[in-house]
Amino acid sequence: MSIRHGLLALLERGPRYGSRLRTEFESRTGSTWPLNVGQVYTTLSRLERDGMIVQEGSDDAGHDLYAITEDGRTELRTWFETPVDRTSPPRDELAIKLAMAVGAPGVDIREVIQSQRHHTLKAMQDYTRLKAQALADVPANRDEVAWLLVVEQLIFQAEAEARWLDHCESRLVRLAEAAATEPAAEPGPAATRGPARALAGRTRSKR
Amino acid sequence: MPASATPPPPSSSGTPGGSPVLELRALTRTHGSGIAEVHALRGIHLSVYPGELVAVMGPSGSGKSTLLTLAGGLDTATSGQVVIEGQDIAALGPKGMAALRRRSVGYVFQDYNLIPALTAAENIALPRELDGVSVRKARKEALAALAEMKLEEIADRFPDEMSGGQQQRVAIARALVGDRRLVLADEPTGALDSETGEAVLALLRTRCDQGAAGVMVTHEPRYAAWADRVVFLRDGSIVDQTLSTGAESLLSAGTAEAAT
Repeated sequence: MSIRHGLLALLERGPRYGSRLRTEFESRTGSTWPLNVGQVYTTLSRLERDGMIVQEGSDDAGHDLYAITEDGRTELRTWFETPVDRTSPPRDELAIKLAMAVGAPGVDIREVIQSQRHHTLKAMQDYTRLKAQALADVPANRDEVAWLLVVEQLIFQAEAEARWLDHCESRLVRLAEAAATEPAAEPGPAATRGPARALAGRTRSKR
Repeated sequence: MPASATPPPPSSSGTPGGSPVLELRALTRTHGSGIAEVHALRGIHLSVYPGELVAVMGPSGSGKSTLLTLAGGLDTATSGQVVIEGQDIAALGPKGMAALRRRSVGYVFQDYNLIPALTAAENIALPRELDGVSVRKARKEALAALAEMKLEEIADRFPDEMSGGQQQRVAIARALVGDRRLVLADEPTGALDSETGEAVLALLRTRCDQGAAGVMVTHEPRYAAWADRVVFLRDGSIVDQTLSTGAESLLSAGTAEAAT
């Protein structure tokens, strides 16, 4: 989906051949999402089938050139004007992992959280280093500007994850405390009353 | 003062080198006693080298601020040692401690703590003048520090005539003026908007790359990410720490993950 529109956006600047499109896509996004030539040609043939682009001669070196059509331009404009859908999020492995870790026997969810936090912070450190390098000189062209925006997106996404992990940890601590201070009466059914109780039980019987 | 006479050359690459500027050895701080005993820190070991910026993270009450106040000699440990530039600070008298605090350690606080009646240049020059450096020389150093940060134009402004970001950059300049090589920062970006906070972090990063050692307490992952090392505290103990790797190895690793 995004490759398709990415290629259309590059073709709007003039006819290009396949491997040049690949190079340009990567320099825009700093090779964050590398493309293989196969993907590029598959996408190009689909775009051609759908009437978004046409093959239009070849350059001096014999590369087949592709050009955007009027339909392609309309499609591209619609893409820029339409927000990316966030209402049906893709499956998130970390969210699933934490959901499964709640009350899982033999799993210390705080350790799961910490090892992820370690990994996420480390990735952020590395992205930040790339960003500092990118900022050492004022970005000179649109590829450099584009790459800076992409690396900052990676930082913000990692930050959101790190904050969510902090939140999960303190949420679990609060729930466990609340469960622990609840009157110890009503055994039996109350013991199955939900994550807080399950967690409090786990904390007490920590290995 | 033989200890500070010959500082080793700053490591240009930002990788730790030489002997640590700050060393915490089995540092413990307990408040109260008996039932009311609270362990703010439990046996912390931490070395910070020239050229290194360390971020300390952890939930509130995990001991972050205690660690910083002990490291700066603003509070006394229950047991363990704080060693700054090879000197155990407990072995110094009050006078020696004051001198060490003035000469070796710089502080950066969330609320800047510049002296309102002094200009930017005077604020930076003050600790040097207290050290016996001539007024002229101290001013010259202050102006050089401001120039390095491209803040010459605010040299003669008073704190209330500067933005928060400018005040914080002046505070960092003051923290590292002269031979001081250790900067302790407590939520230095706390009151700043995100872009200004970022500029402050970039400056702190640069000063560490030039050979200073920095310890920064923060709860903001995005600022902690500027550090060479992130230390996680929980209930007064270090539970984990990260090192950053070479940035180049990252993208391939990231893409490998994205591809799965």
